[in-house]
Order: sequence, then C-alpha cells, then structure tokens
Amino acid sequence: MLETWYVIAALMFAIYVALDGFDLGAGIVSPFVARSDPERRQVLAAIGPYWDGNEVWLLAAGGALFVAFPRVLASGISGFYFAIFLLLWCLLGRGIAIEFRSHVVEPLWRAAWDFVFAAASTLLAVFFGAAFGNLMRGVSLDRDGWFALPLFTDWSARDPVGILDWYTVLTGVFALLALGAHGATFLAWKTDGPVHDRSRRAARRLWIAVAVLWPVVTAASHVVNSSLFPGMGRRWLAIAAALFAIAGIVAVFVRLARGGDFGAFLGSCAFLLGIIGASAASYFPVMLRATGGDALSLTAYTGGGDEAGLRIALRWFLVGAPLALIYLGVVIWLHRGKAVAAAEGEGY
Amino acid sequence: MDDALVFHRLQFAFTIVYHYLFPQLTMGLALLIVIMKALGLRQGGERWNDAARFWIRIFGINFAVGVVTGIPMEFQFGTNWAKFSRHAGSVIGQTLAMEGLFAFFLESSFLFLLVWGERRLSKIGHFLAAVALFLGSWLSGYFIIATNAFMQYPVGHAVAADGTLRLVDFWAFVLSPWAIVQYAHNMVAAVVTGAFVMAAVGAYYTLTRRHLPTAGLFLRLGVTAALVASVLVTVTGDRQAKLVARHQPVALAAMEGRFESGAHAGLNVIGQPNVSARRLDNPVVIPWVLSFLAFGTFQAPVQGLDAFPRDDWPDNIELLYYSFHIMAGLGTILTAIAFVAVLLWWAGRLERSRPMLWILMLAFPLPYIANTVGWMTAELGRQPWLIFGVFRTAQGASPTVHAGTVLFTLIGFCGLYLALGILFLFLIGREIAHGPAPLSPAGRGHVEPVHA
Repeated sequence: MLETWYVIAALMFAIYVALDGFDLGAGIVSPFVARSDPERRQVLAAIGPYWDGNEVWLLAAGGALFVAFPRVLASGISGFYFAIFLLLWCLLGRGIAIEFRSHVVEPLWRAAWDFVFAAASTLLAVFFGAAFGNLMRGVSLDRDGWFALPLFTDWSARDPVGILDWYTVLTGVFALLALGAHGATFLAWKTDGPVHDRSRRAARRLWIAVAVLWPVVTAASHVVNSSLFPGMGRRWLAIAAALFAIAGIVAVFVRLARGGDFGAFLGSCAFLLGIIGASAASYFPVMLRATGGDALSLTAYTGGGDEAGLRIALRWFLVGAPLALIYLGVVIWLHRGKAVAAAEGEGY
Repeated sequence: MDDALVFHRLQFAFTIVYHYLFPQLTMGLALLIVIMKALGLRQGGERWNDAARFWIRIFGINFAVGVVTGIPMEFQFGTNWAKFSRHAGSVIGQTLAMEGLFAFFLESSFLFLLVWGERRLSKIGHFLAAVALFLGSWLSGYFIIATNAFMQYPVGHAVAADGTLRLVDFWAFVLSPWAIVQYAHNMVAAVVTGAFVMAAVGAYYTLTRRHLPTAGLFLRLGVTAALVASVLVTVTGDRQAKLVARHQPVALAAMEGRFESGAHAGLNVIGQPNVSARRLDNPVVIPWVLSFLAFGTFQAPVQGLDAFPRDDWPDNIELLYYSFHIMAGLGTILTAIAFVAVLLWWAGRLERSRPMLWILMLAFPLPYIANTVGWMTAELGRQPWLIFGVFRTAQGASPTVHAGTVLFTLIGFCGLYLALGILFLFLIGREIAHGPAPLSPAGRGHVEPVHA
C-alpha cells in the first residue's frame, strides 16, 4: 500500500511539473516572445484556461503526501520553512498578475503586472529546481526526523548544507531552462503569428541548452548522491522512465525541425515526466534523504501513514483522479485550436 | 506560551481571517448566480443574464484573491504545525486531499468557462458551468468544515501504538454530526454575505438612479435570499450551540461569560467578562433562557467555568466572549433588516424607501464581521486544544521553526495582503462604477482573433 502511494505521489508531482511547467514556462519566456500588448494578451490567453487547474495539481499532490506520508510532509515542509514562504508569495503574486493584468487599460499597470508575472514564474522555476536538488542531495535530518535548513551555508553540498549550494543552484538553472523550453514549446503549439515564430526559435535554443546541461546535472547528481545510479540499475521502472525521457527529448528535436508543434509539446511533456519518474524510481524507498547517513533518512516505510487509512484513501482517490482528468480533457477540448487574445474588457 | 507559538497562531489566524473574506462571498454568490441563470433560462430575455454577468465578474475577482490567499493555508499545516500534521495527518489529510481532488479541480476547470465562455457556450451550457462552479465551491466548503469538525469533535479515529491518530471509520469521520451542522450554519451564513452585498449594490444603484431595472433585480433577489438565509442561520446556529453545550461545555461557559455552574441558567446579553475576578461585570441577564437554549428545559443545569480545571479554559476568554456576542447580535440585526426589507418589497415600497435603501447600502460589512467573529468563536472555543480533548495547541507547532522566522513571514503576509486588499478594493470599485452591461457584439464575452 505504501509503495502504491509512493507511485501516486510521484506521479502527481510529475503531472504537476508537466502541466504547471508549461504555464510557468510561458511566464519565463513571455518577455522575449511577446513584445506588444496584444502579444502579451495572446500569451495569457494561451495559458488562461489551464493555469489555475494546473496549480491545483500541486495542492492535490501535496494532499496525497499529507494523507499518505504525514511524517515526510511535516518534516520536509517545516524544514524548508523559509523557502516555502518565498514560493507561496511568488505563487500569490503570479496568480494575481495573471488575473488582474487585463482589468485596467493603462500601460504602466500592465507593464508592472507583466514584470511580476515573468519574475515570479522565473523564481518559481528556480525554486522548484533547487527543491528537487535538495531532495536528491539530502538534508540534515536529526534522530527525530526533523531538520531546519538555512538558505545557504558554504555552497559545498556537504554538511552543514543549506538550501542553496553549487549543486542545487545547478538544478535550479536546469529547471529554469527546461521549464522555459517546455513553455516555449507550448506557446509554439497554441499561438500563431509573430508570437508563434519567436516561441519556436526560443524553444529550439532552449532545448539545445537543456540537452547540453542534462548530462552535466545527471553527473552532478551522482557526485552528491552516489546511491541514485545503483538504485536506478536495480529497477526496470527507473530505466523505462529514463528511456521515456530520452525518447521525449528526441521527439522534441525531430518535431521542432519538421514543424510539428503539438508533437514537440507532447515530447516535452514526456521528457519532464520521464526525468521525474526516473528520479523518483531511483530514489525509492527514500523520500527525504539524510546527509548524516542512510539510517536517518525518511523512507516510504518510516514516513508513511497507516495501512487501513491508505486503503480508504485509495478508494476515493480512484474516483477523484479520473474525474480530475476528465475535467482536464473537457477544458483542453473546449479550448482546442490556437489561442486568441481576449477582446479588451472581456471576462472580469 | 513561548514566542514562536504565539506567532504561529497569529500567522494562521491572520491569514485565515483574511482568506475567508473572499470565499464567504463567492460561496454565497455561487448559489445566487445559479438562481439568476435559472431564472434567465425560465423567463427568457436578457434581464437576469445581464444581472448574472455583473455578479460573475465580481465573483471572478473575489475568486482570484480567494484562490491565491487559500494556497498558503494548505501549506501552513506543514510549515507551522508540523507536529500536528505528523500526529493527525493520516486523518485530516484525507479531507484536505479530497478537497483538492473533488472540489478544486471542478472549480478551476469551470470558472474560466463561466467567466469567459458566455459566447462560446449555449444558454444551458453556461448555466451548467454555473452549477459546476457552485458544486465545486460548496464541496470545497464541506471538506474544510469536515476537517475543522474533526478538530472540534474528533470521531472515527483511533490512537496507534506510536501515539499518532489513525482513521478507523471513514463515514463517521466524513459525515460527523458536527460537520453537518457546522456546514449548514456556515453555508447559509455565506449566503447572507452574498445576499447583503447584492442588496447593497442594488440599493446604491437605486439611490443614485443608475441601472434601475437591473438594480431592482439585485434588490429583490438580495433581500429575499437575505431573509431566508438569515432565518436559517438562526435555526442552524441554535443546533450548533446545542452541540457545543453537549460536547464542549467549557467553550459554552466561556462564550457566555458564565463563571459559576448551576440550574436555571440565565442568558447573558451584555456584560464584560472579568476573568481575574471570575465574574461578568455589568451583566444584563434574561433568566432561565440559557438552560432552555442549551438543553431544552428551563431547569437544566449548565456548567460554568468553575466546573473545569483552569488549564482547560479557552486561553482568550474575553475575545471568545465578545466574538460570540457580536456574532449573535449582528445575526439578529441582519435578520431584522432583511425582514423589514422584504415587508417593504411586498408593500411595493422598497425601491422608494430611501431610509431602507441607505440601511441596505451600508449594511454589507455586517455579515462579513458576523462571519469572521463566528469563525473566531468556533476556533477560540476549541482552545487550548488543537484537536478538542485529544491534542493540545502547544504540542502542535513545528519544532525547528523559531520565533524570528515566523515573525518575518507574518510581517511579509501583512504587507502583501495590505497591497492585495488595496488592489482588490480598487478593482471592485471600478466594476461597481461600471455597472451591469448587456452582452454587446464587440464587448464582453466576445472573442476576436488578433491575427485575423
């Protein structure tokens, strides 16, 4: 049962990254691909129907973690206290920027919200990447399973660790590039005109950067946590996910070269799902690695809730998760085709 | 109490009080919008659709702020109350996760269609989007109340060998009687907020002689819904008070400012609790009524604070006492206003009665205050427990987060929320100044390709 919930939680976080990743990515590249006000509105129209629902995957994944692995959630989130609040404030600012921008026809008002949207999206991508790096590298868990990390220490990725060091900054930059590439690919699919052309150019360049940095990040992960690759070698699921990621990035390059924007976006989703799936499968059963030794790590078995409660939760989860996917399908279907910017004064 | 605990509590209290200003309106409006869209379908014509469109725009702005201020609430269980999450996560995590899965996805998927899709959907389709949003927002409310009800009146759980709580009976937990009564009370109170805000805007337009036909619809629907909902608030509030009397007698004693136990208990209408002297100063008492309200007979003995150890008293009796009395007082005033307004409407004089229109226009903050102090009554009454009788608040805070860090984030929230509040009022003010408008071919709801 705990294994099942590990897979569910990992899958939900992976879906979150693939979905909210594209609207974060659209925010990251928006200053570069959209230069006039109608073009900015085109970018917002492309993500408008989706971004709120995409963000719900973060809450739902957090909820899955809460019910299935309360110890992991409690230690992890309180240990990263400061970083979590910076993250929440970015989510807050970004949501307000998207919602409030178009209400007032006034260049300064819009420029200010465009800046908040782009800056918060960029910071969020870096934070998520750094958070991922922290999980891979490990945190200083004590014997009761608690920790508190400062924002940074000596940048060495060795105890005493901080949230930021050379490795987590590297994963943060990688996430920024990967989500930027993902967002640019999405915009290439959903927009037309100059925004489409610029998005495709941006996507090509960003994907080259991702392809170069990916092996570097992989090697660095091995340096800070030598147990990841043996973990991967033992599990067919991890190898399959890694192959899926490789197939995804190859598809991105092939489709971008031949002009198949939708195929490129699917490849991009496959890449993100693949790298997160491979990492999670290699990491299992660890959920929060301790830098002070494996005995202190929180695993799916030591950090989990009770069997009976999880069996109950699985029942309603199997009802709710398909519903969520159906709504997502309805929204995608209703907004099929290229996004068109809202007319001035439309909506609320 | 150590400093960190004070700041943890302040931060949670501040962020949730602020957050709840928005969902109480959207949950109330969600129902009223469904009613307006249904009337629009039945009567044909565009009057009710124009009215609904205006409120959907107000709903959208409120919803946006509600969503972004709600996200920190979910996270604070982990950031600030980590020991509580570790202790009870297997139980309360269920309802919190269900809220995400069953309610948030529904809301987020259909809000965009309701706000932006009037031109793209058929009339029935747009009505169904309103229904989906109503279901989503009311379900969301249920899961939150069910979570809170467990903290007020824990049922369906067992204590495991390691001391953590486990879920044993799912249905007892999800359909706890406390959850059902508190939910009913809470939701009709949210409708009171929506109805009074609607009536206030209608009164404002009528007094300034603008948008008159639509303003009349706002007024009539507003005061009718306000009357029905505020009567139901009283009925459900009475049910809830009886539950408190039975299961949290110490909270009832503190809410009532009752320091001594005894039969034939009187209802304290006014008075100032003097906790150090253990008495109520300047009391105005209606004899025997508390016994009757709490237990159904005038002789029933009602426990006072003296029946409980000092350690189990709610830790802010004064604030709890005033919260409860302000809630009850405002509830009475709001019911009276709605009753008189509906009488005037029946007499055909509502839209010409300037004093009543002034009262309706200025009364809209009152339900907000009543809802806020109502929540404070529930939450302060639960103290000093996080889970009543099971787990104390002092045991629940995160062990590794010190006071300085929490104060930093608390100050950050104060600043951000102040800015957010100013922006919100600015945008709502613009919407009200702009007023309801028909769906014009080139205007709202119309979609036009940028690169035609």
